[in-house]
Amino acid sequence: MEPINIIQSRTVLMPAKDIDTDQIIPARFLTTTTKEGLGDVVFNDLRRDASGNDIDTFVLNQPQSAGCRILVGGNNFGCGSSREHAPWALLDYGFQAVISSEIADIFKSNSLKNGLLPIVIDADTHADLLSNPGVSVTIDLEAQSIAIEDGKTVKFPIDSFARYCLLNGVDQLGYVRQQSAAIDAFEENRTWTP
Amino acid sequence: MRVAILSWAVFILNTQLFKSQLNKGIVLNNSKTLFQKLWDDHIVVPETADTPAVLYIDLHIIHEVTTPQAFALLQQQGLAVRRPDLTLATMDHSTPTTPVVTFKDLEVVGKAAANQVRQMEKNCADFGIELLGFGSQQRGIVHVIGPELGATQPGKTIVCGDSHTSTHGAFGALAFGIGTTEVGHVLATQCVLQRKPRTFEVNVTGALGNGVTAKDLVLGIIGQVGIDAGTGHVIEYRGEAISALGMDSRMTVCNMSIEAGARAGIVAPDDTTYEYLHGRQRSPSGADWDKALTRWRKLRSDEGAVFDKSVTVAADKLQPMVTFGTNPGMVVGVNEAVPDNTADPSFKKALDYMQIEAGKPMTENAVDVVFIGSCTNSRLSDLQEAADVVKGRTVADGVRMLVVPGSQQIKKDAEAIGLDRIFTEAGAEWREAGCSMCIGMNGDTVGKGQLSVSTSNRNFEGRQGLGARTVLASPMTAAASAIAGKVADPRRYLQD
Repeated sequence: MEPINIIQSRTVLMPAKDIDTDQIIPARFLTTTTKEGLGDVVFNDLRRDASGNDIDTFVLNQPQSAGCRILVGGNNFGCGSSREHAPWALLDYGFQAVISSEIADIFKSNSLKNGLLPIVIDADTHADLLSNPGVSVTIDLEAQSIAIEDGKTVKFPIDSFARYCLLNGVDQLGYVRQQSAAIDAFEENRTWTP
Repeated sequence: MRVAILSWAVFILNTQLFKSQLNKGIVLNNSKTLFQKLWDDHIVVPETADTPAVLYIDLHIIHEVTTPQAFALLQQQGLAVRRPDLTLATMDHSTPTTPVVTFKDLEVVGKAAANQVRQMEKNCADFGIELLGFGSQQRGIVHVIGPELGATQPGKTIVCGDSHTSTHGAFGALAFGIGTTEVGHVLATQCVLQRKPRTFEVNVTGALGNGVTAKDLVLGIIGQVGIDAGTGHVIEYRGEAISALGMDSRMTVCNMSIEAGARAGIVAPDDTTYEYLHGRQRSPSGADWDKALTRWRKLRSDEGAVFDKSVTVAADKLQPMVTFGTNPGMVVGVNEAVPDNTADPSFKKALDYMQIEAGKPMTENAVDVVFIGSCTNSRLSDLQEAADVVKGRTVADGVRMLVVPGSQQIKKDAEAIGLDRIFTEAGAEWREAGCSMCIGMNGDTVGKGQLSVSTSNRNFEGRQGLGARTVLASPMTAAASAIAGKVADPRRYLQD
C-alpha cells in the first residue's frame, strides 16, 4: 500500500442519509474473485438506468464531479453489509476519502485497511460542506485536520494505529503476524479449547 | 473499611462509573458485563493508545463471496491457514436454490457465480479446510449451520465475512462481521485487531402477544432506537421477554443487531441454550459437556454491571411489524398508518422509491412476491409458523411465494413433518438451502417495481433485485400477505 498523507480535492456531495453498501455496490456484482475493476460499477443503480444508460441527474455523471477525490456523504454512510467491495469500488473509481457526520463501523474498518480515509466530522462542519458543493478541501492525515477552502480548519479523530499504517504504507497483517509468539502462548495457556 | 477505601480510589479514577453504580444503588463491585467477560477471555495482546487489541478467534466461518481475495493474499505471501480445524466453510450466497448435481447446475446462476463456487472448492482443498459444499447434508447459510452443528457455543469468539454474524451472539458468543482483509488476518493468524467497543443494554420487558414474534420485536427495537444507535457498541439483549424466547427466536433478534448499527448482539446463555446444544454434532459431550456447562453458567452480566447506554422496550406494546421505507428502522405496526415525515428529503426519497403513501395503512399495498427464508428467518420454527398460516389456504392469484430453508438439514426436517407439502399445495415454491432472495445474488430476485413481503433483514433500495420494493416482516406476516395478496395482519388467520 502506498503511504497517504495529504489529499487535496474538490468534493462530490451525496447528502442522502444512510447510504448503504448495497447502494455503493449492488450485490449482483459480488460474484467477482478479484478486487479489480469495481469502480465501473460503484453506485451502479444510482448511476445508470436499467438499460445501462447514464442517469444525467446523478452527481457522478455531472461534469463538475470529474476528478474529484473526496466524497461527502449523508449521516451513517456505509451502513449495512460487510462487503469490502464497497471501499474497493470507491477507491478504484478514484475516491481517496469519504467524509460524513457518522460512518458505519465495518465500512470504516474496511476503508482504513485499504487506504480510503473515512473521516467523521462534527454536524456543523458536515452541514457546511453539504451546503458548498464542489468546495476544495485539504485533508492532512498526519495533523488529523481538514481545511475547507476560504473557511475553517477542523480536526478529525482517527484510530492511531490505522493512521500510523496509512502514513507509512504499512500492511496491518504484518503487525498481527509479528505477534505470533503471543498467539502461541495464548493457545498453550488457555483453560479451555474451542 | 477496605471496601470503602477501594471505592474511594475507584471514585477518583472513574467518577462517571461510580455515579452510575450509585444510581443503581450499588456501592462497589467488580461487576462485569457479559461482553467484558468474553472480551477479556480472548485478549492475546491488550490494546494500548497506539495499538488495538489482538483478539483470538475460536470459530471462523467462511463462504464463497467474501473469501477469494483473502485466499489470494495468503497465496501471494506464501502463508498457510493457521487453524483449519477452527474454520468452518460452506457455500450459500451465489448458489442456486434449485438442485445441484453437476457443474452445469451451478451455471444457472451465471458463469461468474459458478466460477466463485469453484474457486471456493479449490481454496478449501488447497488450504486443507473441510468444506460443507454441494452434496453435504450439512450445507446451508453460514449463520444457520454454525448453531445447527453445535459449532456455535457460549463463550466463543466467532467471526465471518458477513455482517449478520451477530446471529451467533444468541448463544452468548461474541460474534461479529468482518471484511475480507480481516478474513485474511484470521486465516493466517486466527486473530483480529480490534478496539474495544462500548456496551448497549436493550432490556425487553413484558411478553409478546399472540401472532407477535421475535422478528416483530427486533423490528420494533430498531424502529425505537434508530438504525445507527448501535454504532461502536455491542448490544446485550436482556429482560423477561428475551429469556422467554427459544433459540431460533433469539437468533432472529441477534441477527438484526447490525441493522441497528451494532456489530454484535448477545444474549446470556441459559437452560434454553444448553438444551438446544446438547447432543449436537460439534457440541462437547460426556465429561467435556459438564465442564463446558460449568464455564458457560458464569457467562452473564454480573449484578450491577454498568453499560455505556441502556434502553427499555415494552414487548407487550408491539404488534406484527412491517417496514414501509428503505431501511429497517422505517417500520410501523401492520395496522398503523405510515408516518408522515416527508419534510425530510431522505424520508421522502424512501417513500417515493417504495411507492408508498404517508398517512395510509400498509395493509392497502398489493403484494407481488413473498419470500420466506434468509439467516434471519429460515429455521424450522420460522417455517412452521409460516406453514400454520398457509395450511389449507391458497396463495393469492398473481403472488409468487418462495420458501427457502436455511440449511439442507432444515429442509429434510421440514419435509419429515410435511411442511413442504403445506407450502406446495398452497401454491408456493419449495427450494434448496441458501441466502436466495434476501440478497438476490443467485438469480432468485424480485422484479423491477414489484412489492415483496420478505422475512429477510434488509429493505435497502435494490437489495432483492434492481428496483425491487421490499417490506420486511415476520414469517407469519409474510405468509398472511401471500394468502391475502396484500400486506396482512397474520392474526386474522390464527386460531385461538
